[in-house]
Amino acid sequence: MIGTYSRLSRGLFTLYGVLILSFLYMPLLGTALASFSKKRYVSFPISQYTTKWYSKAYDSLTIAQLVETSFFVALAVTAICIVVGFFGALAYARYDWKGRRVFQKFLLFPIFFPQAVLGLALLLWFNFLGIVPSWKTAIVAHLVWVAPIGTLIMAIQAYSFDPSLEEAARDMGATRWQVFREITFPLLLPGVLSGGLFCFLLSWGNFPLSLFTTGADSTLPEWLYAKMIMGYSPLVPTVGTLTVVGAAVFILAGFFVVLLFKRVRSW
Amino acid sequence: MKDFFRSTGVICALPVVVLLLLVFIAPLFLVFGFSFVPARTFDLFSIPTLDNYQSIVTDTYYISFGWSLFLAFLAVVILFLICYPLAFAMAKVFGRFSIVITMAVVISLLVSENIRLFGWVLVLMKGGVFLGYLEHWFAVELESWLYGAPIIIFGLVYVYLPFMLFPLTLGISMIPNELRQAASDLGAGRWTIFREVDLPLAMPGILIGCMLTFVLCAGAMAEAKVLGGSKVLTMADEIETAFTYKQNWPLGSALSVILIVTVAGIALFTLRTIDLDRILGKTR
Repeated sequence: MIGTYSRLSRGLFTLYGVLILSFLYMPLLGTALASFSKKRYVSFPISQYTTKWYSKAYDSLTIAQLVETSFFVALAVTAICIVVGFFGALAYARYDWKGRRVFQKFLLFPIFFPQAVLGLALLLWFNFLGIVPSWKTAIVAHLVWVAPIGTLIMAIQAYSFDPSLEEAARDMGATRWQVFREITFPLLLPGVLSGGLFCFLLSWGNFPLSLFTTGADSTLPEWLYAKMIMGYSPLVPTVGTLTVVGAAVFILAGFFVVLLFKRVRSW
Repeated sequence: MKDFFRSTGVICALPVVVLLLLVFIAPLFLVFGFSFVPARTFDLFSIPTLDNYQSIVTDTYYISFGWSLFLAFLAVVILFLICYPLAFAMAKVFGRFSIVITMAVVISLLVSENIRLFGWVLVLMKGGVFLGYLEHWFAVELESWLYGAPIIIFGLVYVYLPFMLFPLTLGISMIPNELRQAASDLGAGRWTIFREVDLPLAMPGILIGCMLTFVLCAGAMAEAKVLGGSKVLTMADEIETAFTYKQNWPLGSALSVILIVTVAGIALFTLRTIDLDRILGKTR
């Protein structure tokens, strides 16, 4: 019988999945281990463990500054992406309009685009417009890549709701704004939440776009890269681990909010 | 009613389209324009020249281009072979358990790619996690695998795995179980079902996965820099050097145009035949 699997083949598939997952998480584990090494230049096996790099990172003004920049960039990107992406998602999935197919494909291009090249093209563009790059231009740069992704995530949610609900409201005399406020928005809210979460984290972790568009400012991934390539600092594994932990906390919080939200709605 | 949906659609699409026209399409046109400006000048309105494109051939930049495409091709083949079994299991075997895998993969994706690559340096370097413990426990001393073309392919496979895995999973979940059952009832073996039923029906997902990973790999830079120790120069690497270190924007632009045309050509060719509604609407 096709479609049913013996316990053995199930087990083998599961084992394979676990193997791939450990492959994906291996370097994170390595980084986390290294962050507790006492020596300035890490070597394994670690002889002495310490948490001093964590307190150093905590006390460092540079790092505080980097966290602040990264955070505000990500926050601004998320806010804009939610608004733009929300409507984009409706146009993507919900409404039948001329040019929709072209729009759907057009939106995929920035996602496929080599990000380093995109960053450089934007640098050229800002220069041409006479804008001096700073963390504000980085927001624009992130938007090019993050907004289409946010739109797609929200579009997946938008595919799932029934168009006849909007039609019914319309037939009963609701205005465009009322349809939006009473029907469309509440139904799409879970997608907005997960879309927003993604936008924040993608901007928070983005490196190739920031590299060329932040000017004199710097984000966390940029600083990490600079220190990896030259002038190694023992804080690199520490800060790297901290950003991962930060992202994980954020995901859990988001997950919790969505769960809570579903509970409230089902009452 | 039709009218309402039509006009609402256009209004809704407007913000994101305007945004992308201003900060995606416009810069690309500027890059295109700059690729015809005489080398090492910054004035867009000078007499157009093809010198920059010529120097791609004469100054051996085409070698980097070849490397990028070659590495990307190998990475895509390896990715397909690695991801297909897992994608199949996620679509057809695991059931609810596949959500756990999806979540775990997505979360790893949200960690900045340079941290993950740096993690591999820590794992694979001399005195790293693998070699360090190997020496400590078994007294075996091996050369580090870092630096060179194979480790770059490894890095590409690692970083872009989710971009192959998810489209494949979507594609495979589009194969109706009844069809596979029918093929089996009619006496087809596993291999025949794979070749005659699974492959053709999952093709949209396979195409998207291969296209996506190829395009991303061809434009990648960090893998070659962090893991490859710049032993191999990739296209994106050359573009960056031209723009920053060499201060030769026209050359960088010309190189970018070649890369962009390749990428866009492949993407357009693949997307031409694919119905996005069917694939994305299926994900729930």
